[in-house]
Amino acid sequence: MSTLLTLAPEFASVVALPAADVPPSVPRADFSDTPIWLSAVKALLLFVFLLLNTLVVIWFERRVIGRMQNRPGPNRAGPFGLMQTLFDGLKSLFKEDVKPAAADAFLFTLAPILFATMAFVSFAIIPLGGTVNLFGHQTPLQLTDLSVAALLVLAVAGVAAYGVILAGWSSGSTYPLLGGLRSTAQVISYEIAMGLALVAVFLYSGSMSTSQIVEAQRNLWYIVPAFISFVVYVITMVGETNRIPFDLAEGEGELVAGYHTEYSGFRFAMYYLGEYINMFTVSALATTMFLGGWHAPLPFNLIGDGYFDSGWWGLLWFTIKMWLFMFFFVWLRGTLPRTRYDQFMAFGWKLLIPGTLLWVMAVAFIRGAQLGFLGDSSIAIAGREIPIATLIVIGVLLVAVLVVLWLWETKMTEREEAAAKAADVPEEIDPYAGGYPVPPLPGQRLREPSTYPALPRAGATATVVDTPTVENKEA
Amino acid sequence: MGYGIEEKLPSGILLSSVEEIVGLSHKSSMWPVTFGLACCAIEMMAVGGPHYDIARFGMERFSASPRQADLMIVAGRVSQKMAPVVRQVYDQMANPKWVISMGVCASSGGMFNNYAIVQGVDHIIPVDIYLPGCPPRPEMLLNAIVQLHKEKVRHRPLGANRAAAAKRAEEAAMAAVPTQLQPATHDHGGYVGKNLLA
Repeated sequence: MSTLLTLAPEFASVVALPAADVPPSVPRADFSDTPIWLSAVKALLLFVFLLLNTLVVIWFERRVIGRMQNRPGPNRAGPFGLMQTLFDGLKSLFKEDVKPAAADAFLFTLAPILFATMAFVSFAIIPLGGTVNLFGHQTPLQLTDLSVAALLVLAVAGVAAYGVILAGWSSGSTYPLLGGLRSTAQVISYEIAMGLALVAVFLYSGSMSTSQIVEAQRNLWYIVPAFISFVVYVITMVGETNRIPFDLAEGEGELVAGYHTEYSGFRFAMYYLGEYINMFTVSALATTMFLGGWHAPLPFNLIGDGYFDSGWWGLLWFTIKMWLFMFFFVWLRGTLPRTRYDQFMAFGWKLLIPGTLLWVMAVAFIRGAQLGFLGDSSIAIAGREIPIATLIVIGVLLVAVLVVLWLWETKMTEREEAAAKAADVPEEIDPYAGGYPVPPLPGQRLREPSTYPALPRAGATATVVDTPTVENKEA
Repeated sequence: MGYGIEEKLPSGILLSSVEEIVGLSHKSSMWPVTFGLACCAIEMMAVGGPHYDIARFGMERFSASPRQADLMIVAGRVSQKMAPVVRQVYDQMANPKWVISMGVCASSGGMFNNYAIVQGVDHIIPVDIYLPGCPPRPEMLLNAIVQLHKEKVRHRPLGANRAAAAKRAEEAAMAAVPTQLQPATHDHGGYVGKNLLA
């Protein structure tokens, strides 16, 4: 890079432009004392950390769902059934690896590898803790950091979607193909809303580097100022990981097991592993973006001059926060049924994406007002200087919310009235009006058959044009 | 059957240890294929519920895809029309795989002694455990599963050991006395003409 810059000095000035106007109080993670071998060690530790977490989370999920359904859950394999996941994995390892005759051999193997490896990559930019002493080097508990670290997670999730679509296609079978298409459509659609939800965080922190975002949340977690983004992110992260209630790609009644229908043995185990690592990835990103990353929660960050808010302690807080999201995933699975595919897509495209767009616009104005782009005049309220521009923006937002609520309520009232009108049942029913007997609805009175005109007898030539039976024949 | 390297180990302590681990993992994580044929399936579903909880054995993950399943519970009578489907699902399952024939109908045709029902699912697929009952209670299914674990899964021979076991079974079958030449196991004529209440 440096040789390139010396060759083209005029280009260097462009590259060397300050990336963003970040307040100097928010430093990036310092990797100057991290040799390459230490990065390799950290990558290995991260890998082990994730595998151990996966080993525990599958057991945890099955036990917790068991308790939610008043049953013990797995308790035979090892103490408290703790070895359950290990045996699941070993079993898959020792199982026959079926490759269907119609499958594309190369892609059929490549797809699970792609999916499982991509699941691990995102974790490289997640800060797991503060700066620690590792083998005599002062290094942050983070594998690496980029100026666009948060985008890397979205990009990697996009590549992982190939693992799904290729699995569906290469299986050479209809159900995996349909499941793969569904799954990919779902992941890609919800990634848009997810990216938009993160934009609010970028606006507040002025950076896409995860270490800077975490550092900027030292005093106030972004779940407070960007609460709507948080809600949208939590919804999209469930959609992104194909979990209940959004596990449409694995609807047993429709698609057998979705894109991995034809997978068995170790190849299937890689999907199984990848799906759980993906859950950890989105949970870790949620922690980093909205819950202050590895920083200690409120009572602990005040103790001992921030002692609990530094170094290895960060790993503890980070793990606790990440596992809160994992519990949330399990809780959802124990609670909710599956949504319908069209409802799910309509929800994502018609509500989440435009809604988040509006929210991002609002955040941009609030942030602009805070930074003084919309004028400098301020007013003192309750002893605090608040810029007038901020108040105006908030006022406009409130009015907008009220207008939307008013429109919504009008629409709902209209719909209710229409439904009430449609449900209006007549007092009396003619059971043969439709040509065959119909039972009366509750509260309805049957019209007595004795009031009918006489039905024509066989051979009779009476004029019976007015009887209901003949009318129906004409109809 | 399987094609992994664990099958190519020489017979001895190493193979026995691998057998032990493989048996333990198969026993601890046996996923049944999502599959039910008749009233026995209702009892099978009850086993998944809180009262009996098949999850204790790590078996609550009923696999929708036969590729990922280890156990087929034939729960109910197999009609002639369903027989090829059952066979296909069985063929689609990856090795190693086991079959429980649940209820008398699956085991022998049961009360359906007629042209429409296969007289025992072992006419179309190999069965590991026959579970009587019409339908068997959920406890009986759990017992059948535990017995299956104990007898067929936990110490399943691999590689050279399996070849030896198959040879022994073949020799025993060749040496076996046909049923009609075997001595009677009980007295068929003893009760004829006698008052059983006396």
